[in-house]
Amino acid sequence: MPQETGQKKFLYINRRAPYGTIYALESLEVILIGAAFEQDVSLAFLDDGVFQLMNGQDTSGIGMKNFSKTYKALGDFEVRKLYVERESLAERGLAVEDLMPITYEDENEDYAEKPSIHLVDRSEMTRIISEQDVILSF
Amino acid sequence: MSTLHTINKSPFERPSLTSCLDHVAQGDAVLMIEDGVVGARKGSAFAEALRAKQPSCALYILGPDLAARGMKAEDLVEGVGVVDYGGFVDLAAGAARVCAWL
Repeated sequence: MPQETGQKKFLYINRRAPYGTIYALESLEVILIGAAFEQDVSLAFLDDGVFQLMNGQDTSGIGMKNFSKTYKALGDFEVRKLYVERESLAERGLAVEDLMPITYEDENEDYAEKPSIHLVDRSEMTRIISEQDVILSF
Repeated sequence: MSTLHTINKSPFERPSLTSCLDHVAQGDAVLMIEDGVVGARKGSAFAEALRAKQPSCALYILGPDLAARGMKAEDLVEGVGVVDYGGFVDLAAGAARVCAWL
């Protein structure tokens, strides 16, 4: 339900690997635009979307811009809830250690660095989807 | 309040239907549109997965997309409802949110 402030809960669902299609980059662009409107933003990474957060992406050989650093900057735009699905990682032979460390600075706790990535299982992801006001899928 | 999940791609092309069914909550509705309709055919590889979800969520097909692909209501997994464009609007308006599985 919309909160009293007029703020809504937005969830961006990311289900594609980066670079093969434009989805991942477009999602990031929309997230950054949305962040300017001071909404309650969460990101979900499931299926091949988990590859968007892989550490050590190197696009120098494919002639495309490496936009993976942008995920690390999301904390500065108040985008601090990145939910990664445990089963999607496992199905692809990945573990959370394969992902970029993404943190934000908590201004309420003397700018302590806190992790933005939250590993959730499928049932928790279902609950997160059920709590949103607006869902944008990529 | 419930979620309306839409699927517009064939489950034989990509795992959208499977992912969707893995993330539906009790009381949600699932609407298959465009190429998504092919997954609801009786006897298809996905028929059992759909039947398994029917106790907890309602399944619908967009009729014009079904007809365009040469299929009829009786070709579908039992219990799958056929809606027209107005029915699509009613489902969306009756849900708290719409989640598209692309």
